[in-house]
Amino acid sequence: MARRKYKGIDHLSSVDRVVVALMVVVPTLLVLWLVWLPAVGSVLLSFTNWDGIGPISSAKVIGLKNYHDVVTIYPPFWPAVQHNLIWLGVLFLVATPFGLFLAVLLDRELRGSRVYQTAIYLPVVLSLALVGFIWQLIYSRDQGLINQVTGGTIDWYGDQRYNLWAALLAASWRHVGYIMLLYLAGLKGVDPTLREAAKVDGANERTTFFRVVFPVMAPINAIVLVVTVIESLRAFDLVWVINKGRNGLELISTLVTSNIVGEASRIGFGSAMATMMLLISSVFVAIYLRYTFKEQR
Amino acid sequence: MTRPTSEAEYLASLVPASVRGVSRRTLLRGALGAGTLLAAPSLLAACGGGGSTSTGGKATGTVTIGSNQSDAVPKAAIQAVMDAFQKANSGLTTKINTIDHNSFQENINNYLQGSPDDVWMWFSGYRMRFFASKGLAGDVSDVWKDLAGMSDALKKASTGDDGKQYFVPSTYYPWAMFYRKSVFEKFGYTEPKTLDEFKTLGTQMKKDGLVPIAFGDKDGWPAMGTFDQLNLRVNGYQFHVDLMAGKEAWNGDKVKKVFDTWAGLLDLHQPDALGRTWQEAAQTLQQKKAGTYLLGSFVAQQFSKGAEQDDLTFFNFPEIDSTIGADAIEAPIDGYMMAKRPKNEAGAKKLLGYVGSADAQNIVVKADPSVIATNDKADQASYTALQKKSVEFVSQAKSIAQFMDRDTRPDFASTVMIPAIQSFLKNPKDIDGLVNSIENQKKSIFSS
Repeated sequence: MARRKYKGIDHLSSVDRVVVALMVVVPTLLVLWLVWLPAVGSVLLSFTNWDGIGPISSAKVIGLKNYHDVVTIYPPFWPAVQHNLIWLGVLFLVATPFGLFLAVLLDRELRGSRVYQTAIYLPVVLSLALVGFIWQLIYSRDQGLINQVTGGTIDWYGDQRYNLWAALLAASWRHVGYIMLLYLAGLKGVDPTLREAAKVDGANERTTFFRVVFPVMAPINAIVLVVTVIESLRAFDLVWVINKGRNGLELISTLVTSNIVGEASRIGFGSAMATMMLLISSVFVAIYLRYTFKEQR
Repeated sequence: MTRPTSEAEYLASLVPASVRGVSRRTLLRGALGAGTLLAAPSLLAACGGGGSTSTGGKATGTVTIGSNQSDAVPKAAIQAVMDAFQKANSGLTTKINTIDHNSFQENINNYLQGSPDDVWMWFSGYRMRFFASKGLAGDVSDVWKDLAGMSDALKKASTGDDGKQYFVPSTYYPWAMFYRKSVFEKFGYTEPKTLDEFKTLGTQMKKDGLVPIAFGDKDGWPAMGTFDQLNLRVNGYQFHVDLMAGKEAWNGDKVKKVFDTWAGLLDLHQPDALGRTWQEAAQTLQQKKAGTYLLGSFVAQQFSKGAEQDDLTFFNFPEIDSTIGADAIEAPIDGYMMAKRPKNEAGAKKLLGYVGSADAQNIVVKADPSVIATNDKADQASYTALQKKSVEFVSQAKSIAQFMDRDTRPDFASTVMIPAIQSFLKNPKDIDGLVNSIENQKKSIFSS
């Protein structure tokens, strides 16, 4: 059959129209069902005292009581917020710049740069739960590498003075690789003529990077910012495998989980915290979307 | 102040007064239901299992068992029981799904609302009645009709709020201060009767290079045992029951005194407890690095059978207040429950009847000598010294509690008490702030 030139939707055969319709409707339904229904469901549940057993109709609407209880009388909540902020701070101020630094180094085509790239990116392939186990071998109080070498007796994962930082080191180890890869892709995309022009104008390496290359990578920066914020909000697996987010490792996500999925089953109460997380991350997602749409226009 | 003379009397005291009150009230209500239940057993059986035969019929096929006994010793014990069951019932096979003990507990709601195994292992107390009242457990009253050797008290402890039975007891174990005889002999220690004596002993143990009390609370629940023991000694059994039922204030002087007493004992506890599991703590006792360890008798699982377990013994948690005494102890019951809609109801009931029997319990207590059988007819002659001592210990106790997380609401125990006790262990100074925080959360949870 000879190919005809496409002249708009009216020109499509009825089969094509069905296909197009399906391609639009099926993903929409999937998104509604898998993303929006649970999200809206959590928000609605957060106003009830549902215990997760039996029909939802048995739940009582109790207004904002869950939210009020979370912020006033639930002791792990504020430490959890604080830990999430520390998590964000460390990822943003230490891990992300370090990832950028590694990307810049690797972008210079040094010998064996592929090997370094692979080595640094490798942890990203591992799940955070696995990262937790790997570092357990290093941190363990009685058998761990650190204590074996130094002869110390610090319980890195158990002692609440250290465990947050120990966990952050493990999380950063993984985060650095991720950021490195994002920036490496960004750096490859920077037009080399820009650098040459800067060189001709007599700018040194440093000035070229901060004044020319970095601003050009603005879209990548926005992605990295959002990725970092979201990573720190959804930090969960690592601390969960360490000690279920108790004893100095409280995070909002672990509190949500221990309230909802545990034997406790305080679905409403946990949903209230989940809703707070949703709101915080929505702010950053909204900023990001606004930014990208502005770019495209 | 009479002591129970028989095991039955002991078990009668297992049921907290609050429950007895409830069951009396609900029994009246449940009597109507129970009447119709007896009148129409065939009807019930008909709607019970889809296509499966009623209990009277011949049970065949596979019965699945959800087991939370993931530690090596009890796991082997369950396997031995199921093997014996298969041997005795040709045509019936069993399939054990072992799930990590803590994960099983944490996922119990989803597990029971999903497609649970026909029979699953669980605990008596509030935790059993909770699932029964939520309609997530199957009625096993017909199993109880043929169950010989179970006292009325055990039946009561297996009864839900509606007066029907939902639980078949298997074993139980006491909580006490465990120690190695050889260590006490070597240093010439004697069992302390009062807290002051115990403190003196602890100081001496420190001088001798021992950790006075081994301690591990990584999982959050072992320290509840310490709280319970102190509470039973400082305030007595009835206060424990009322406190767990949410009737007493956590920020009153009585609870404060418990924490105060505990704070005074903390320097005798093994440090860094929050990063240590109970198994690791038990090993410090096993390796003779610790003098005593407050735990349930399942601590014996960390000791090899034979001479090493014979070396293990215990004393009652010392008296703190002479007006309260030391005759209240904790001895939780473990057992089996049936799914609401088991795939093989006839087989499941047959299995439940078997696990409650003396034959099955003889196998369990032999394979895992850290627990004792609930069935009166179980063979006590072949008990180890530790098991014999456990039986004697519980029969001498005047009142018996289950355990904090079995006597109170699961949401309160896991989301309030675990973090609260852990934060006390981190910062034992701010007791006022702690108890007020617990009380505020308790009010919110118990009112919902």
